[in-house]
Amino acid sequence: MRTITNSTGDKVSDDIILEIRDLHIEGRTSETWQRIVNGVDVTLRRGEVLGLIGESGAGKTTVGLAAMGYTRDGCRISKGTIRFHDMDLVNASEKQRRALLGVRIAYVAQSAAAAFNPAHKLIDQHSETGIQHGVFSREEARADAMELYERLRMPDPQSIGLRYPHQVSGGQLQRAMTAMALACRPELVIFDEPTTALDVTTQIEVLAAIKSAVEQFQTAAIYISHDLALVAQMADRIMVFRNGDLIEEGQTRELLTHPKERYTQDLLAVRTFHKADTTTETTDVPLLEVRHLTAAYGKSPVLFNVSFSVPQGRTVALVGESGSGKSTTARVISGLLSPSEGQVLYQGVPLLPTFGQRSKTQLRRIQMIYQTPDTSLNPKQRIRKTIGRPLAFYLGMNGAVRDSRVRELLSLVELEPTQYIDRLPGELSGGERQRVCIARALAAEPELIVCDEVTSALDQLVAEEILKLLDRLQREFNLSYIFITHDIGTVRAIADDVVVMSQGKVVEMGPKTEMFTPPHHEYTDLLLSSVPEMDPDWLDNLLADRAD
Amino acid sequence: MKAPFTSQLGLVVVIVYAFVALTAPVLAPFGETEIVGDQYEPWGGEFLLGTDNIGRDMLTRLIYGARNTVGIAFVITSLAFIIGGFLGMLAATLGGWIDQILSRIVDVLMAIPGLVFVLLVLSFFGTAIPVLIIVIAIFESTRVFRLTRAVAMNVEVMDYVEISKLRGESIWWIVWSEILPNITAPLIAEFGVRFTYTFLFITALSFLGLGIQPPIADWGGMVRENAVLITFSDYTPLLPAAAIALLTVSVNFVIDWVLQKASGLKE
Amino acid sequence: MNNLWTMVAQRIAFAIFTLFIVTLFIFLGIELLPGDAAEAILGKTATPETVAAFRRELGLNLPLHTRYIEWVSNILQGDLGISISNRMEVSHQVGIRLFNTIFLASFAAVISMPLALALGILSALYRNTVFDRTINLTTLTTISFPDFFVAYILILFFAIKLNIFPSVSMIHPNTEFFDRLYRTLLPAITLTLVTVAHTMRMTRAAIINLLASPYIEMARLKGLSPARIIIKHALPNAMAPIITVVVINLAYLVVGVVVVEVVFVYPGLGQLLVESVGKRDIPVVQAAALIFAVTYIFLNLLADILSIVSNPLLLHPRR
Repeated sequence: MRTITNSTGDKVSDDIILEIRDLHIEGRTSETWQRIVNGVDVTLRRGEVLGLIGESGAGKTTVGLAAMGYTRDGCRISKGTIRFHDMDLVNASEKQRRALLGVRIAYVAQSAAAAFNPAHKLIDQHSETGIQHGVFSREEARADAMELYERLRMPDPQSIGLRYPHQVSGGQLQRAMTAMALACRPELVIFDEPTTALDVTTQIEVLAAIKSAVEQFQTAAIYISHDLALVAQMADRIMVFRNGDLIEEGQTRELLTHPKERYTQDLLAVRTFHKADTTTETTDVPLLEVRHLTAAYGKSPVLFNVSFSVPQGRTVALVGESGSGKSTTARVISGLLSPSEGQVLYQGVPLLPTFGQRSKTQLRRIQMIYQTPDTSLNPKQRIRKTIGRPLAFYLGMNGAVRDSRVRELLSLVELEPTQYIDRLPGELSGGERQRVCIARALAAEPELIVCDEVTSALDQLVAEEILKLLDRLQREFNLSYIFITHDIGTVRAIADDVVVMSQGKVVEMGPKTEMFTPPHHEYTDLLLSSVPEMDPDWLDNLLADRAD
Repeated sequence: MKAPFTSQLGLVVVIVYAFVALTAPVLAPFGETEIVGDQYEPWGGEFLLGTDNIGRDMLTRLIYGARNTVGIAFVITSLAFIIGGFLGMLAATLGGWIDQILSRIVDVLMAIPGLVFVLLVLSFFGTAIPVLIIVIAIFESTRVFRLTRAVAMNVEVMDYVEISKLRGESIWWIVWSEILPNITAPLIAEFGVRFTYTFLFITALSFLGLGIQPPIADWGGMVRENAVLITFSDYTPLLPAAAIALLTVSVNFVIDWVLQKASGLKE
Repeated sequence: MNNLWTMVAQRIAFAIFTLFIVTLFIFLGIELLPGDAAEAILGKTATPETVAAFRRELGLNLPLHTRYIEWVSNILQGDLGISISNRMEVSHQVGIRLFNTIFLASFAAVISMPLALALGILSALYRNTVFDRTINLTTLTTISFPDFFVAYILILFFAIKLNIFPSVSMIHPNTEFFDRLYRTLLPAITLTLVTVAHTMRMTRAAIINLLASPYIEMARLKGLSPARIIIKHALPNAMAPIITVVVINLAYLVVGVVVVEVVFVYPGLGQLLVESVGKRDIPVVQAAALIFAVTYIFLNLLADILSIVSNPLLLHPRR
């Protein structure tokens, strides 16, 4: 490792390609500037993979973009230096920066579908970077593109580039985006949550492609994610962010085994919450039973002969990837969609197919909680009314009685009543809003609550707390849950029974303990093994296993 | 968000106009159709803004014009809103074939050019004020229908509306408690927009001699009656036209601000 | 490709249907009038027998649908009836007037469209600068002015005070081309001022919307030059909204022509329409209204079709 002197006279190793010192970035809300990044230092060496991990709002994407000298509209660099080799990115001219972007530093966005221009073919958008920067001629660029597609193991590498973005699947598009970033063989690639929008099984393919590409081309990379297990697979070194501050930094293996900060420990401890095994006797008649459900949206069939039952006081997890039919099953249960065949029975009594036909009591006993608290609460209604309405509607409560019950419910979901009762949803955080949704469901005094991906939109630590709350409430009120999720970790944490679905059919089902021990159905096996674990060698081992 | 200067000014102007419209009989120096002098007397003296083509006081006519023109435009807009808004909500919340039929009818009505449609009706039925009001109201209600339906549907697909439906809430409760509070901002803005279009439309019709008929004082008609003065380099006919322009500009400035506030964006 | 042509066919079918409704409306409207065409033409002094005979001659005693079909087939052959006020063939008058109106509208369009698009695109690119804010204020003011206000102001200054242009557009079928341009300039500018404002605002909104797309940011992050981003990435996706805006405003132009023609006493179709409504000259009103309606419907149809055809998602469907 030679040392040389750079333009300011400091001795540096020529191995370092990116140096960020004391970076402060501010973002503009309508009136004021707020701090997004507070004094961060980043050093990156040739061929090194750095992981940036943190929850939403931690500032990791902002730092990643800053490594390119780029800030989004409404953001500015208020302090600090960013140097790429010898170049000062903060004060560089537009022209200098443009010469760098795409050629020596490239970016892979979170949503490939949004980042590709729908009006142009994939291969044209790929070659564009090389041609415009004078690195390739048109023929060279196209030939190289097809080679890259092949290396990233995309289907039909010779012809897939001739398609338009909306004509290929999500996973393929993400790999096409990775190829596009590598077109000019950059020294640094910034991966911004590239697999967050993908299914767990597709995720593996894309991760493998990215990892092999980075290794083959000896590219340095910054890998941004909120999933620590995922980052552990890809990065040599990890930086943990929270609210714009750097919490901890260290080599991957060291950080995972000996985390120093409390926050890092919390992140690692996620998904260690396990529900106590229930030994309730199940009554003969299950609370809810679904028999031979077949349903369709218009002409497209979505559910095929789905059957399972939910015993009283237990949690049944419906797990599957997107398109598996799990949410559709919930819609049939709640009466939003009529099945073409089959029945839903509540305590042995068949429920009429549409909710409009059911009695108030039947409607009251089954409550739903949704995934996005943004759309499940009326932004113009105060919490008092949101929770109070079901009390008035179902239980005829009014006046002071209702008011005190609302407060009781708020306490049950661990929200201090006086502080929250008169607020509007917009003033609350995601986790708080979800708690309000739970309180609203509880207000009806239900027996069964259908939770549709209720923790999927929340940060991991917040999600953990919500799961614990739901568990507590179940024991206190002997509630039954149908828990719909795509996340195996959540299933491990809170399920008693598991139903695995794929493409509208039930693939396998049974008590949790049985489900997590082999032998499994092939699909269950695929699903279970695709969940990243906190072991840095997990991905390599998995790929080796699957290659056999 | 504090309103920009232009919007504040606009709001003041609108209030002044409303005041004049409401207190016209008290405010005006002479009677609406009273002939008080010679033709086209110059500005000043007893007649602050001179007299018009038959010898009526311009200032009086302008003041009454406020009441008539603005008043009729306001009535038409309100009627359009009641019809279009109600039907739009109906289509959005009930969906199905009601939505299909209403939307098709509106599509056809909107495909016909407004001025032509109205002129046709006026040539068939004559230009009595009730006819005018109903025809223009129906025409404008199509736009209100489109907007109401669109914003109501945006709210209708939200999870919190689905939750209310699942609870068994009646459609009236859902419209009143869930949908309406969330669409007031765009509706208010649309009222303003519709008002400006209606207002300009009415004055254009009157200017063409096909809207509000003399001797009722109306700004569009007044421009027409006194147009010949332009050839003598007299500004008088521009007065009612300017009165129209000023109100429209003011309302537009206020709407601009309402829209900005509602979308929360800084354009 | 299938999907695309189905949508286009649907739009065309809808336009024809609307036209059908309009013709029904125009035709049936007369039925609601007190008295009928025979009385109107012969006047109040005719005896009942003469009126009855004339009615038979005109075919007014035939059933409704027969008359409707005959009326429509006449129109399609170019026969628009006889004017009540001057006993001349309507198609002859309307022909000349239509040509004049098209001349005026085209003149205004040629000036206003490129200007509006340029201003719209520039103010979108230089958002929130002094340039943008000034234009925004000016156009907000201009769209609030009634057409006749703008017209009279222009007349007052350019025709009366400065005496450069005529205030009344005297043109004849034989007027020479450049002379025609000169006499039509003031009305054309009036029309321009109004449509530029609307078109520019819509264009600006469409472009701003487009520039916020993620793929535009991606193009920047690939180090592409601003010119290339606009030409290669923004424009192909802007085609659909801009075309729609232009054609819609052309449609408005066609209708806005009416007031301007009246102010300048320009011998166009709009002025004829207004005159005839006042005189209750029904055949002329019907013919003029029909032509305006057809033009408007056709232009809207064109806007619909062009925006469908320029949408990349429809051009290259999922396989």
